[in-house]
Amino acid sequence: MQAAAAAPPPVSEDGAAVRTLELTKHYGASVALAGLTMVVPRGEVFGFLGPNGSGKTTAVKLLLGLSRPTGGEAWVLGRPAGDRETRSRVGYLPELFRYQGWLSAAEVLGLHCRLAGIGRAEWAAQIAGALSTVGLTGHADARVETFSKGMQQRLGLGVALLGHPELVILDEPTSALDPVGRADTRAIIRHLRDRGCAVFLNSHLLGEVEQICDRAAVVSDGRVLAIGGLDELLGSGGVRLRLTGLTEAGRAALSRRGSLAEHNGWFVVNGVEAAAVPELVADLVATGARVYAVEPVRQTLEERFLALIEAEQARWQR
Amino acid sequence: MAALTIARLTIREAARRRLLLALAILTVLVIGLTGWGFQHLSTLTNPDGTPIAASELRLATSQVLVLVEFMFSAVLALSAVVVASPAISSELESGVALSMFARPLSRYQVVLGKWLGLAALIVVYVAATTALELVVVSLTTGYVPPGPVGLAAYLIGEGIVVMSLALLVSTRLSGMTAGVISLVLFFLAWIGGVAGAIGDVFGSGAIKNAGTISQLLLPTDALWRGSVYELEPVLYRDVLGATTERAGNPFFVQSPPSAGFLAWTVCWVVLIVSFTVWSLHRREV
Repeated sequence: MQAAAAAPPPVSEDGAAVRTLELTKHYGASVALAGLTMVVPRGEVFGFLGPNGSGKTTAVKLLLGLSRPTGGEAWVLGRPAGDRETRSRVGYLPELFRYQGWLSAAEVLGLHCRLAGIGRAEWAAQIAGALSTVGLTGHADARVETFSKGMQQRLGLGVALLGHPELVILDEPTSALDPVGRADTRAIIRHLRDRGCAVFLNSHLLGEVEQICDRAAVVSDGRVLAIGGLDELLGSGGVRLRLTGLTEAGRAALSRRGSLAEHNGWFVVNGVEAAAVPELVADLVATGARVYAVEPVRQTLEERFLALIEAEQARWQR
Repeated sequence: MAALTIARLTIREAARRRLLLALAILTVLVIGLTGWGFQHLSTLTNPDGTPIAASELRLATSQVLVLVEFMFSAVLALSAVVVASPAISSELESGVALSMFARPLSRYQVVLGKWLGLAALIVVYVAATTALELVVVSLTTGYVPPGPVGLAAYLIGEGIVVMSLALLVSTRLSGMTAGVISLVLFFLAWIGGVAGAIGDVFGSGAIKNAGTISQLLLPTDALWRGSVYELEPVLYRDVLGATTERAGNPFFVQSPPSAGFLAWTVCWVVLIVSFTVWSLHRREV
């Protein structure tokens, strides 16, 4: 960890689940992270999104002390990233999830109970609880090498849940799971949030992130392009209308409320607050337009993600 | 505590992967075959049909026993390299290390745990094979070498030295490459030891120094020579040691490694393990 200009505080002021400041990582000439600055409050599900090679997994490895930063600072649960004691309060499911194939599922969990410093008296309950949560109770004594990829990922999620962690870092946690497994994982993440555990979720599956995350950051080329609550990220949405008899006055009434576009016979007004919709319709009707349908529209996370990435690429091309 | 967990895991892996079972079966088989051979040795007769002299039988037995122990020492060195070379690298490459290293575990505990586990396997293997072989030889020929405990200690030392080297290389290179490098160095040290012995007998300072340097860089051959010393009948040492026939003979040793050399060997192992800890600590996962 590179030292701050002044003497670095041993504990971050707010004790956020994750806080990074201009975190950078270079591999030779290649830049994996180029000044990552973000805060993940405790008790939130935080989506960390970005295209392949954007530095997501590098950021996770820096947070866990698996890798050393080239510059900047990072804190996890209020302590410098990589701090040994803090790691006992963090659960981690790597993107490359592999466990000792010659051990049984229960033995892998037992090993991690030992390594996490969990009291021996708790092991049995912790192992049984983790197996039950990830749906592997019936496979407790089966060797991991006989597991399908999806079962191994479930086991990895169970490993990450051991010891009531305060922060769980999940790197692509559903990459090998079927739809049922994905739904189960979403339920587990919601449960973690309900008990106050922060979840740092690296994922390509934007639909999932949209369903479960409180906040998200979009990263590209190792920098944060956007960060905030999902409502903030996705904007205020808009409304689309099917209508006839639109006059210039009516068009002006729509444009006053937001940006106007026409798509497949619908008039779309972006940036309209839901509370302003009745007034907008009343204004339209007053200009003589006939309104047949009014529907709220909201940008999906995928649309927002693609727009951000495209804008970033266009910026670099200039 | 965490180091002991890793040590137990290392031993359990060897058992689960049936390494211990395979070694046990092969060892019993080999010792059975050598027992049969030693039994026949004790029935050898002179051309006139009289049994060979007890001193001749002792000499013949000791020489065959040196060869048998040489085989066990080679198996030990090869096995130690084969097991230690991927011990760290395979976990780094496969991703097993990711979830483990994210735990409140220091890298030195990983190295120490692996080293302790592998060292324990070496101790058990050497103790079991040496004890069994010597019991069989004693029962069939009546010969007991002068230093059975020293023999086991030198073999254990040899195994631990080559295992430590392989473990160090394993922190940076793949198991395959680490294994090849360790074995090449092991055999180079053996050749170096033979050359040093020739230089010693014929008074070539340069060759003797080259041998000494190779023994200091990798003390395996000197430890092997220590085990040979513990196997030889005392009289044989005195008789052959006075001739130049001993030159370059890897199966004859006139004197054991010095106390200074043994102290250096302990330092060598400590240095290599420390270097392994440093190397893994610097390694990005």
